[in-house]
Amino acid sequence: MSLEQFKNRSVGTQTYKMVDYEPTPDTGMGRFQRVVSRTFRGELFVGLYVTMREMINALFGGGMHTTKYPFEKLPISPRYRAIHDMLRLLESGHYRCIGCGLCEKICISDCIKMDTRYDENQRKEVTEYTINFGRCIFCGYCAEVCPELAIVHGQRYETASEQRASFSIFDDMLTPKDALGQQQEFDGFGAVSPNADDNIKKTPLAY
Amino acid sequence: MEIAVLPEVTSAGVIIKAIIILAIISAVAGFGTYLERKVLAFMQRRLGPMHVGPFGLLQIAADGIKLFTKEDIVPQNANKLIFQIAPSITAATAFIALAAVPVFPDFTIPEWIPLLGGVFVPSIAADINVGVLFILGMMAAGLYGPLLAGMAQANKWGIIGSARTAIQFLSYEVVTGLSILAPIMLVGSLSLVDFNEYQTGGFASWMVWQQPVAFILFLIAGFAETNRTPFDLLENEAEVISGYATEYSGMRWGMFFIGEYANMITVSVIAAVMFMGGYNDLGFIAGWLIVILKIAFIFFLMLWVRASWPHIRPDQLMWLCWKVLMPIAVINIVITGFVMMV
Ligand code: SF4
Ligand code: SF4
Repeated sequence: MSLEQFKNRSVGTQTYKMVDYEPTPDTGMGRFQRVVSRTFRGELFVGLYVTMREMINALFGGGMHTTKYPFEKLPISPRYRAIHDMLRLLESGHYRCIGCGLCEKICISDCIKMDTRYDENQRKEVTEYTINFGRCIFCGYCAEVCPELAIVHGQRYETASEQRASFSIFDDMLTPKDALGQQQEFDGFGAVSPNADDNIKKTPLAY
Repeated sequence: MEIAVLPEVTSAGVIIKAIIILAIISAVAGFGTYLERKVLAFMQRRLGPMHVGPFGLLQIAADGIKLFTKEDIVPQNANKLIFQIAPSITAATAFIALAAVPVFPDFTIPEWIPLLGGVFVPSIAADINVGVLFILGMMAAGLYGPLLAGMAQANKWGIIGSARTAIQFLSYEVVTGLSILAPIMLVGSLSLVDFNEYQTGGFASWMVWQQPVAFILFLIAGFAETNRTPFDLLENEAEVISGYATEYSGMRWGMFFIGEYANMITVSVIAAVMFMGGYNDLGFIAGWLIVILKIAFIFFLMLWVRASWPHIRPDQLMWLCWKVLMPIAVINIVITGFVMMV
């Protein structure tokens, strides 16, 4: 099934298949006939066939669906709002944050704390930047408001922690200097995952 | 034949066999839980238990340790004595029923085995002449387990569970009895050993071909007898939490579980021996192997059905058993009777 068929929203032009509900019989004989016809229609065996087909398919056809989670991980959607990353400028390698403080202001759970000062060139320098992930609700406003695309949501979603307050400091979130090449640009909140087209499938309702 | 066997049946032999049955069937029942989880998982395209031991095989041991060491809670307002006894009724009757079930052909222990070498071993712990009746009676008595457990635990889900036990019992027991009456008429004996001897003529002499209707009815009733889907009314989680087993924990719950699996094995063995040629050699395949394959197939069928079919309501079960299956069983018996007379 192609993407176009899904994008077609005009109801009248599509071919729908109506479910054929038989009228409920109200005589004893009619009910009896329905029981007989349902009994010998073999639908139960279709059910048995389906499960057997799935089992053979899973065992020998590579149709097994399990992802062994801690050992294997699926790529997450770019829309997912996981632990924040602070990005660097690709050319100079300097961190992108200009210390404007907008993220601190907009944060609705008040968990970003930052401090800035003027450095010797009279540029703003971030001296302190922490996010309390015990309070953060991962709403994404900070990344939305950031004018420099400096703070973004990254890919680290395993956030279980032993303490309620779990702070992350600037240097922890900052892209390491030597990993500048692997820094991933943020596609924005409306972005679909790169393999979105492959993931569209027919809903497996019909057998 | 019977007379020749009898001197070998010593009391020591019977005790040894009883212990072997107990040990093997508990182990196989444990293995059955593993198989069930694996097969269900495969049918749903999952992997099932994977991490304890190779292919998750030691999961059974892990579960066993868990069941044994778990705290055994008796609810405050429960009838303590009955609450504590009920699980053993299920487990004990399931094992007692197996005493009259022949699984393997008679064999002689090879000479090279020390101590027991050369001893002739009959296939069955107790070849009583009312074997089938005894097994059915025992499995029916096993229903006291859920019934008493549900009523003793002062829990509304338990009460519903035991009410459903009664309903289920009233429904299928008639069908079980009537469905195997026709084969019994053909064989003329209630002993399962005689049933086996009746089908010695290879594939074509299997009882299924003579009594297909009885076989299907017996299978349906057997599913009800062992509380398997589509008739798992007693402890259907979506409806009655765990039914009669709601308040049970630890090993008492484990005994219900083992009893259920032992019953599944019993029903599989009966179906294999009564309808599917028993432990006679089939062509070049040895009897003991073919019977294991048959039992395994019926066991697998139970898991397969559980993965495939929805379960039915209690009133539908009664409707099915009393209005559909019982008339069919009676007609089957009448026709069998006519055919035998003519
Ligand atoms: S995601 Fe929301 S709650 Fe978390 S730091 Fe950003 S603005 Fe604050
Ligand atoms: S909004 Fe962006 S640039 Fe401004 S302080 Fe926050 S991270 Fe830095």
